[in-house]
Amino acid sequence: MTGNDILQIVLYFGILLLLAKPLGVYMARVYEGQPSGLDRVLGPVERLFYRICGIKPEEEMSWKKYAGVVLVFSAAGFFLLYLFQRLQGLLPLNPQRFAGVSPDLAFNTSVSFTTNTNWQSYGGETTMSYLTQMAGLGVQNFVSAAAGMAVLVALIRGFKRHSAETIGNFWFDLTRSTLYILLPLALIYSVLLVSQGVVQTFSEYQTISLIQPVTATPSPQFFPRGGEDEKNTLAPQGERAGERVGILVAEQVIPLGPAASQIAIKQLGTNGGGFFNVNSAHPFENPTAFSNFLEALAILLIPAALCITFGRMAGDMRQGWALLFAMVLILAALMVLCTWSEQGGNRRFASLGVDQQASQLQPGGNMEGKEARFGIVSSAIWATATTAASNGSVNSMHDSFTPIGGLYPMMLIQIGEVIFGGVGSGLYGMLVMAIVTVFIAGLMVGRTPEYLGKKIEMFEMKMAALVILIVNALVKIGTAVGVVTTAGTSSAANFGPHGFSEILYAFSSAANNNGSAFAGLNANTLFYNTALGIAMFLGRFWVIIPVLAIAGSLARKKKVPASLGTLPTHTPLFVALLIGVVLIVGALSFMPAWALGPLAEQLTGR
Amino acid sequence: MRILIRNSLMSLLLFTVLTGIIYPLMVTGIAQALFPRQANGSVIMKDGKAVASQLLGQQFDDPRYFWGRLSATTPYPYNGGSSSGSNLGPNNPDLMKAVQARADALRAADPGNVAKIPVDLVTASGSGLDPHISPAAAEYQMKRVAKARGLDETSVRSLVGRHTEGRWLGLFGEPAVNVLEVNIALDAQPGNGGAK
Repeated sequence: MTGNDILQIVLYFGILLLLAKPLGVYMARVYEGQPSGLDRVLGPVERLFYRICGIKPEEEMSWKKYAGVVLVFSAAGFFLLYLFQRLQGLLPLNPQRFAGVSPDLAFNTSVSFTTNTNWQSYGGETTMSYLTQMAGLGVQNFVSAAAGMAVLVALIRGFKRHSAETIGNFWFDLTRSTLYILLPLALIYSVLLVSQGVVQTFSEYQTISLIQPVTATPSPQFFPRGGEDEKNTLAPQGERAGERVGILVAEQVIPLGPAASQIAIKQLGTNGGGFFNVNSAHPFENPTAFSNFLEALAILLIPAALCITFGRMAGDMRQGWALLFAMVLILAALMVLCTWSEQGGNRRFASLGVDQQASQLQPGGNMEGKEARFGIVSSAIWATATTAASNGSVNSMHDSFTPIGGLYPMMLIQIGEVIFGGVGSGLYGMLVMAIVTVFIAGLMVGRTPEYLGKKIEMFEMKMAALVILIVNALVKIGTAVGVVTTAGTSSAANFGPHGFSEILYAFSSAANNNGSAFAGLNANTLFYNTALGIAMFLGRFWVIIPVLAIAGSLARKKKVPASLGTLPTHTPLFVALLIGVVLIVGALSFMPAWALGPLAEQLTGR
Repeated sequence: MRILIRNSLMSLLLFTVLTGIIYPLMVTGIAQALFPRQANGSVIMKDGKAVASQLLGQQFDDPRYFWGRLSATTPYPYNGGSSSGSNLGPNNPDLMKAVQARADALRAADPGNVAKIPVDLVTASGSGLDPHISPAAAEYQMKRVAKARGLDETSVRSLVGRHTEGRWLGLFGEPAVNVLEVNIALDAQPGNGGAK
């Protein structure tokens, strides 16, 4: 670790926390219907929106109604996105004339984007038309994020209200999240990204003549695996896969498209689905150190700010800060460890006369799959932030991380996407962990646990346990099927423990709605498109339903005044307990799997 | 239920218009007005011809040019139409082969150079289109390029310095040399034979 490594990490968190407070307070005003400043401009748009849709935003919903609306709205989004992909060959704004997407891939992608996962079994620049990207995928980037935020706000209302049957109106929460929070932020972000070199145009791909035309022998040592898909590569005429003859390459394709507008929202809404195959490692998606800082900041910005929103709406800011600090502590520790592992480099290179030592002139370390402008620390910050939050965008290839360096991102996904997590979904996951924590603390002293003045009883605990168990089961059953079937193992690009890690990572990512990958795995097959699609679907909605059930149950309860025996939930003691519960639940569930994958790989690598 | 479905479809339609059409059009309008060069791919023109995007690396294997990162795009390196990393695991024997092959090629092009090779010169970038190398990787190739072009090392070094980007605010990211810019500038130097 160099001094600059540490400085970059400290500043990253510092600036994040500075911005989280004002944004969090602003969002609380938005959800409570108070004047927020922007309502003077956007108020008429909002009211027109409700009128056209025939929505009564003041109509209160029970938790069952709320859950029903979330499901129907998401289902509608799924079908529309499916149609966009299947029919893109017939639709406009398709300058590269891409054909309709295959049924299994379209199914997978539709589930992926409506569940805020953004797992991609395809490469954007070789598969999706501009229209599909912006009016199909881009729209779900907004509304799936907004739906997550809405469910969180409903849960907060559950804590806040007492003796109430309802938890708010989904349409109100959804519309306000999109209109007042996501859209303005995305607009600012897009323009900043374009200034750095992110492309934004509707022109078709350009072709330029190379400075030095080369006779390229496709290197046999590289398995031609795409970042996410290798099937649809633009092969030059006459080139057949497997042929290793030299080909004269004199031109280069410059891929273009309305990328900046989409990249802004995929970073802010914890979506993570890249415009191009390699996501934010692509120079057109993330061209400079400044764009990289902006995009990395965006990953955690709204999830962090929502903690403040929660504190504000619950009437006790300390409650929000406590959760935020627990998140920061866990992430910071894993971020430092990941940087350290990657900075250590690949010890097998030592015998090849390769210099991996960090200096003024080079970042050194394990540079396979990393970009020179980001080096080690900016890649490790991103890798841990994007997996802590359920963003899933990448600026380096996690598959090529050192065994232990790659374990940390996987670990952050597997502890359930509660360390920041998805916008909305991360915090409602963390609140479930807080409920489990007060329950365990209650068991220790033999008292009925309380959280924010609400008694935590059998029903809440059952639902909380469901949330944790469902996702856990999905990951393990999926991985088990993946590693014992030929359909599962034949897609792995690497052998042995690393191949196992690729499959484990895929199901962890899907079931927890993260979306990043050990991308050597060729996921564009019938098996993975289907299996991962199912995991994403269940991992999203089978969590949302129990969470809303908790919200409904809590709203119905009376407030109990805090007494001497109440465990305060804003103290360092509680933060420590919460961290313990999160880590133990995660570690106990996945330690055996880590032993078979990254740990075995580390030991065999000697 | 019917009302619910109607609400869902209508709101989805409006969200599609607002966030899927109006928003990207607005961004495109602003982008094309304020940053037309960047929004259209940061293309570098030479003699009225587009020769590169400043941001997309190209393959160089002539000793007279600085070489960039390895690229794992298919079916040939630096295919701008299909970005990709190698996704080779750290213990994968194919990774060792790729590193060894690049190291051999570098040493064959510059037999006198016994220095250790900076790691970014023997590893594939994440995108397969990385336009940059570390200053150490440029330094490693300095003598070779100067000799092949009959230039003195100092002038090549100062040229490299002009196309090196520092950290943002001196803090974020890594210092990086833009290989394309340096090579274009080398070709433009008088008296070194120019471009082939």
